[in-house]
Amino acid sequence: MNPTEADASPNPPMVTSHTPAIPSVAEHGHDDAGNRMFGFIVFLLSESVIFLSFFTGYIVYKTTTPDWLPSGVSGLAMRDPAINTIVLVSSSLVIYIAERFLHAKNLWGFRAFWLLTMAMGSYFLYGQAVEWRSLPFGFTAGVFGGSFYLLTGFHGLHVLTGVLLQSLMLGRSFIPGNYNKGEFGVAATSLFWHFVDVIWVILFVLIYVWQ
Amino acid sequence: MTNLSVEVSSQIEQPLPGAPDNWKRFFGFSTDHKVIGIQYLVTSFFFFLIGGIFAMIIRGELITPEADLLDRTVYNAMFTMHGTVMLFLWTFPSLVGLSNYLVPLMIGAKDMAFPRLNAVAFWLVPLFGTILMASFFVPGGPSQSGWWAYPPVSLQNPTGNLINGQMLWLLAVAISGVSSIMGAVNFVTTIVRMRAPGMTWFRMPVFVWTVLAAQIIQLFGLPALTAGAVMLLLDLTIGTSFFDPAKGGDPVLFQHFFWFYSHPAVYVIILPIFGVFSEVFPVYARKPLFGYKVVAVSSLIITGLSSIVWVHHMFASGTPGWMRMAFMATTMLISVPTGIKVFAWVATIWGGKLRLNTPMLFALGGLFMFVFAGITGIMLAAVPIDIHVNNTYFVVGHFHYVIYGATVMGLYAAFYHWFPKMTGRMYSEGLGKLHFYLTLIGTNLNFFPMHPLGLQGMPRRVASYDPEFAFWNVIASLGAFLLGMSTLPFILNMIGSWVQGEKAPKNPWRAIGLEWLVSSPPTVENFEALPIVIAPPYGYGKSDPLVANPEALEVIHEPN
Repeated sequence: MNPTEADASPNPPMVTSHTPAIPSVAEHGHDDAGNRMFGFIVFLLSESVIFLSFFTGYIVYKTTTPDWLPSGVSGLAMRDPAINTIVLVSSSLVIYIAERFLHAKNLWGFRAFWLLTMAMGSYFLYGQAVEWRSLPFGFTAGVFGGSFYLLTGFHGLHVLTGVLLQSLMLGRSFIPGNYNKGEFGVAATSLFWHFVDVIWVILFVLIYVWQ
Repeated sequence: MTNLSVEVSSQIEQPLPGAPDNWKRFFGFSTDHKVIGIQYLVTSFFFFLIGGIFAMIIRGELITPEADLLDRTVYNAMFTMHGTVMLFLWTFPSLVGLSNYLVPLMIGAKDMAFPRLNAVAFWLVPLFGTILMASFFVPGGPSQSGWWAYPPVSLQNPTGNLINGQMLWLLAVAISGVSSIMGAVNFVTTIVRMRAPGMTWFRMPVFVWTVLAAQIIQLFGLPALTAGAVMLLLDLTIGTSFFDPAKGGDPVLFQHFFWFYSHPAVYVIILPIFGVFSEVFPVYARKPLFGYKVVAVSSLIITGLSSIVWVHHMFASGTPGWMRMAFMATTMLISVPTGIKVFAWVATIWGGKLRLNTPMLFALGGLFMFVFAGITGIMLAAVPIDIHVNNTYFVVGHFHYVIYGATVMGLYAAFYHWFPKMTGRMYSEGLGKLHFYLTLIGTNLNFFPMHPLGLQGMPRRVASYDPEFAFWNVIASLGAFLLGMSTLPFILNMIGSWVQGEKAPKNPWRAIGLEWLVSSPPTVENFEALPIVIAPPYGYGKSDPLVANPEALEVIHEPN
């Protein structure tokens, strides 16, 4: 929908829970922000099936492959990935605080905590890169190497996407009045960030804890 | 209500670059769901013809027992591309096109929830179609591993190039998946959130229910295929070992990923056709759809069951015994909601005042052949029979009855039924009936012989065969050429009628439904005022009005 049409809608776009008893023409088909959020949640549900498929594949490989670890590899170190996990998971709380600040119309508070989220996401990516460099096996080192890099790499792409989306939203916060009438982009980015976190927790348990 | 009319008049004064008489809108980036629907339909029909040419080349090879027409590698490429084109470039996009055109009209919306996303999803179709066709021009030719691309066959890369037929195939399928996910998000959001006032769930036409059911399958199924395709692409290009048994990989896992999507994909194809049957039969039998609520809900039951049947494609892939038994049971279970629908359609037609025009004939023919395919489907679900006829022409015959017999016939029924609505013109009934009889005869000549051939043990995907199979193969080939010819009256009818057919009124079939309350073709925004729905669908034989404001749906334009 083009923005002029959204502007013309008689009701504020963020009112989604309000359902009138008598159907009125104006209530229907104009709630763009609500539609986008709904569509985005549907998309995330679908996206989670890709991860679910990779996880299933990992479990199958882990339980059936005779020579699971490549020769010379005894397992994965836990310490650095655990720190990474703590950083990423706590960034979910930080982005939530940023969102609360935006709701309270405190733009600088929003920007500060939003930037902190981005820093934590970037630290996670950096930690991931450091770990990759230190590993003695590569992508083509058997099924283990393949699934390790596939899972962490595919998840890392999502973290990168999240950080890029966050920088976009941060930039848009400097457009005067941009977040006055609802903040679909911020809400969606935040939801995406929580999604990426939950996926990482499962991934961490599967790859690092279950060795 | 008063400020509504103000809004309406301001819309009319805008210049309308997408006005229905402007043909150029079909060749650009239009965001009108009706234009996109027709773009999908025409594009996919073009690829249907290409896939049909591949099919006729295959049948030309098989008219004699020896492999004398084509090189065997070309033959392999032909059946691979035939299957891929027919599924990813004909049945999926044509049904998405039909759904695109009809769903907003049927639920009383002005457009889809995300019109731009809709347009992007469409333009990906010609893109991946081109990529797939480009694989004819790379060294080594197109993929030869069949439409299911099982490793290790699909991992062979005899030319050693990075850009090879299999790689382009995977790229095309991946883009097709992106396009389908975009479409599915759009459809589900539109159906859940954009329904007109009073359009409750149980006032939606069954077609909308079936589109919802089919698109939910895309959402949970396609990601699994994407996951498998990504892993296969990595194996093929950078040398990982997910599916390569020589390097410790598990090729059967790919089969699981593939069929977890690609069996439900059959329901993505057939469910909207069930919707078409449910729309067409009541109109031409002048009776309400029998058991509307049960028919509607059984679509979602099919969606649920479709996610737990995929291993029946793998009974011969070394699956454990318990798995075979479990999936045999679930597969047979899915015939219950399907059977409910068949009985509902028969009960709808039963005792009706039948009007046997072209769409009704196609729907009846499609239903008849669907029942036949259902019977062979139950046979194939039984593990002992499946093991026996696995990878034979019996399987090929079965799914061609589903996909050609039921789906293509159902699509034709839909094309003729909604042609007046889409184009504002009437089609030629004589050419339509000629098209129907040629298609009916051609389909059965082509695909029935595959059943005895399969039971006798003729394997699929072979360029040469034992001369004892020659008789049925000649008949099948003649049927294939007849089917090829059968598209000619259709093309003539569609183009000729669109250009100079008789003008169509709003509702030439006296059908009940929101799409029939607006002019043919509908205006850019479908409804000037959103319809207020006050009755369930299929009110044939009753006199209840469908909407409270029929006169407000369209405003007669005064020339300025």
